[in-house]
Amino acid sequence: MIEIKNISKSFKDKQVLFDVSGKFEKGRTNLIIGASGTGKSVLLKCLVGLLEPDVGSVLFDGRDFSRANKKLTTEIRREIGMLFQGSALFDSKNVEENVKFPLDILTDTPEKEKLEKVNHCLELVGLNKVNQKMPSELSGGMKKRVGIARAIVNDSKYLFCDEPNSGLDPLTAIKIDDLILELTQKLNTTTIVVTHDMNSVVEIGEYIMFLHEGKKLWEGNNKKILKTNIKQLNEFVFSNKLMKKIK
Amino acid sequence: MISLLERREKFRTYFSLTINECIKIGYDSLFIVSIVSIFMGAVTTIQTAFNLVGPLIPDYVISLVVRDMTLLELSPTIIAIVFAGKVGSNIAGELGTMRITEQIDALEVMGVNSSSYLVLPKIIASLLMFPILVIISATLAIGGGYLAGVLTDVITGQEYIYGLRYEFNPFNIPFALVKSYVFAFIVASISSFQGYYTSGGALEVGKSSTNAVTNSCIAILIADYVLAQVLL
Repeated sequence: MIEIKNISKSFKDKQVLFDVSGKFEKGRTNLIIGASGTGKSVLLKCLVGLLEPDVGSVLFDGRDFSRANKKLTTEIRREIGMLFQGSALFDSKNVEENVKFPLDILTDTPEKEKLEKVNHCLELVGLNKVNQKMPSELSGGMKKRVGIARAIVNDSKYLFCDEPNSGLDPLTAIKIDDLILELTQKLNTTTIVVTHDMNSVVEIGEYIMFLHEGKKLWEGNNKKILKTNIKQLNEFVFSNKLMKKIK
Repeated sequence: MISLLERREKFRTYFSLTINECIKIGYDSLFIVSIVSIFMGAVTTIQTAFNLVGPLIPDYVISLVVRDMTLLELSPTIIAIVFAGKVGSNIAGELGTMRITEQIDALEVMGVNSSSYLVLPKIIASLLMFPILVIISATLAIGGGYLAGVLTDVITGQEYIYGLRYEFNPFNIPFALVKSYVFAFIVASISSFQGYYTSGGALEVGKSSTNAVTNSCIAILIADYVLAQVLL
């Protein structure tokens, strides 16, 4: 479980996050949603340690990440898998090397076992016979899948996904959502997904935190979100014509 | 700089990365270094002959001038500027692109010290390869001078070799090597810094590459003056 307590973050004079707290349980997909510029990605970066919150703490199963010494920071980071918005695959490495990278760097696993694990993870994300391809030869959806395979290859306990559906067609986006949900349940990870995609909210939102102008305005799940009376959340959820008609 | 030495990965990781960088930085620069060096030596020979022609000055002075200019200044400094243009811009561009495409963030999230993992092998490889490039450059420049001198009848082969040996100061070689180590460190560290701290998009990556080259060139020229003042 990941718990955040009273997170605030500002850049120079501009405060981006205001006293955000919440609990992200293990084995379910936790979503952080909100319009662009509301601080979702900043919150995610605070969670994974790429940014340091000004105030507040991030607890990974009770271990305070924001005040951790270097040893504990490295220990926690090695339990984290992250899918970046642009996949962040290493351009100079092929698919197999990209997925194998955390094992090469962080473990002493024999090469044969590493390759078995890589192939298993690629199979889990539905990719076959792409081991030798370079990232530039892959489609957007395939890159995301490789990114997910790399994120889970080291038996990560915590899986973070930053806008996993951005730049994907609706069908591929649904497949990626299903994959994240399936992996979370199968591997029992604490999964946090930052998104503003309403399909994801409806499909996989087992826990949803809604951010508005840097503040947590609402939390609940995909069933409750369609019945809320909060104006800002309604504007976000029913922003397109289709959702308005459904309402 | 301190962060380069913190939270390091396994030795074999750095070993393979450094070998790869040595190939990229050293071997891949051989062609341009060779071309520049041969012509540098050839032009120096012709221009020295043009300026020193006269009955009181013996011809072997031409190769003496080529030798000393090559060892003291041309090979370490001009090749360092070529090195900054080729390798420096490449390092800054590569790291800058990795930064804006979140590849550096990905390393950090995995618990890898990204600066140590990405920058340290480049600095070590530069320190290993650039002095070798300077030695090759000096050899080729002197060879280029010989060819130009002999083919244009400016100087005979015998006189050229006599001039190369005449009143040779052996300190010039360690001086050139000291310069090459300093310049290699300057180019690798400035370029890595510019690339690693890129923020923004493709435009900023281009700016980082340009800054890497211009800042490296200025730093090389300042270091060149300081080293000459201190060591000679």
